[in-house]
Amino acid sequence: MSNPDLPLTPAIDTLRPPPPARRWSKARILGVVLLSFWIAAGLSMIYYLFSAFTWAFYDRYAMKFVNGIWVTFQIVGISLVLGALLSIPVALGRLSKNKLIGAMAFGYSYLMRGTPLLAQTYLVYYGLGSFHQELQSIGLWWFFREAFNCVILIFTLNTAAYQAEILRGAIENVSKHQTEAGDALGLSKMVIFWKIILPQALITALRPYGNEIILMIKGSAIASLVTVFDLMGETRRAYSRSFDFQTYVWAAIMYLSVVETLRRLWNRFEAYLTRHLERDSD
Amino acid sequence: MDNLATLLSFGPEGWADEIAYGTFITVSLALATLPLGLLIGFFLALGKISNERAIQISADIYITIFRGLPELLTLFIVYFGIPIALNLVVHDLLGFDVVDVNSFLAGMMALGVVFSAYASEVFTSAFKGIDQGQYEGGHALGISNFNTMRLIILPQLIRLALPGLSNLWLILLKETALVSAIGLTDILRSSGIAARVSKELFLFFGIAFLIYLILSIISSLGIVAIERWSKRGEGVR
Repeated sequence: MSNPDLPLTPAIDTLRPPPPARRWSKARILGVVLLSFWIAAGLSMIYYLFSAFTWAFYDRYAMKFVNGIWVTFQIVGISLVLGALLSIPVALGRLSKNKLIGAMAFGYSYLMRGTPLLAQTYLVYYGLGSFHQELQSIGLWWFFREAFNCVILIFTLNTAAYQAEILRGAIENVSKHQTEAGDALGLSKMVIFWKIILPQALITALRPYGNEIILMIKGSAIASLVTVFDLMGETRRAYSRSFDFQTYVWAAIMYLSVVETLRRLWNRFEAYLTRHLERDSD
Repeated sequence: MDNLATLLSFGPEGWADEIAYGTFITVSLALATLPLGLLIGFFLALGKISNERAIQISADIYITIFRGLPELLTLFIVYFGIPIALNLVVHDLLGFDVVDVNSFLAGMMALGVVFSAYASEVFTSAFKGIDQGQYEGGHALGISNFNTMRLIILPQLIRLALPGLSNLWLILLKETALVSAIGLTDILRSSGIAARVSKELFLFFGIAFLIYLILSIISSLGIVAIERWSKRGEGVR
């Protein structure tokens, strides 16, 4: 490209111009104002908690909060695992070429995703609970009598629908050639699905799965509205007894720390599992 | 069967009018929250793409808080916390107490801040989808920053953000059910009252379930129409 007849541009010997001075632009002032607002809010919250805190409050409610967190973890953990198992047949149904199976799986998933979790929970706990004679006669009343079981049941059904959509999207995302290559190697359909398609699909599904876990933790607060004493339930009980607003503030701190910790751990986990996909950035 | 027809009729014996009113409340709450959430969410996204570090951090704090808290807890904090906070001020200045805060307004604020935290993520990624050249083009033509945003960036941004926002709308519609817990007679609460009074629990909670389902289906159809409208300029590819 370069023309030898033309003299080359002499190397510029001057220094790089200094970066423009950071002036007090409107944006910078706004930023400082906003940040000072947050700092003030944080400090006044700490001050509030310090001034409102009493050891009597601690003695009375601290263990209850811990139990509440444990119940929340149980609800979320059990529902997520059962939901993950249930989501596999639903996702396969959504992917099925059989129109009837496809329609049924879609109907299930739409019913669960198109209505509020709270309405579903009421329908199961109060609605099904009203048939207690019938349930007794078929020997299922012991299950529906406990709000905890009803919550587990409906949360499982609910998260299964969301997880099935995640799984379906992820499986559809895996290139068709992968299946074809498996076929060409004479692998059975099961081996192709479990050993080739699913591992690749789960990598893309990691992020939405992480979001689903967090949504479940937040959604599980609904259980408190049907007499389950999870973290939210214990908070509401403590507030209704003490009328001390700090109960809600403590609950907020606990939920936030759980969700934030989990989000960060999940990001690490995802980075670890996809480390072979990272390119060296240089 | 007669009994059922009476229960579901409009009028003093039936519950249809109460439930219809509840549906009206749910829909108006969702519609009232939407612009509030969109507006806050848009400014949060502007904050997140800003070059100013302090603004970014402030927006991040807001988003982390309201994305991390359960919606129900946010709702209770707004509903119980605002009167307490207001009383601290009002009591000293005016000498009387604010008894409580309107549950519709509390629901709107709580759902609005949660919606805005999620909407800001949608807007932020939509901003990333717009080429830097669009801003530079506006600048080169001597269009003011505000007008570049309004006339050049925003129309493209809306199209990019639409799928994410429609998803958020469906979530918002479902989350309005939570306001029944603070005493607003939405679909769930009005049918819950009907269920307890008539002792037909499964029937009325089933009806609430179906109304939400119908609202979701209507929304989905509306969203498809809006997306088609937003792509009308793209032509067939």
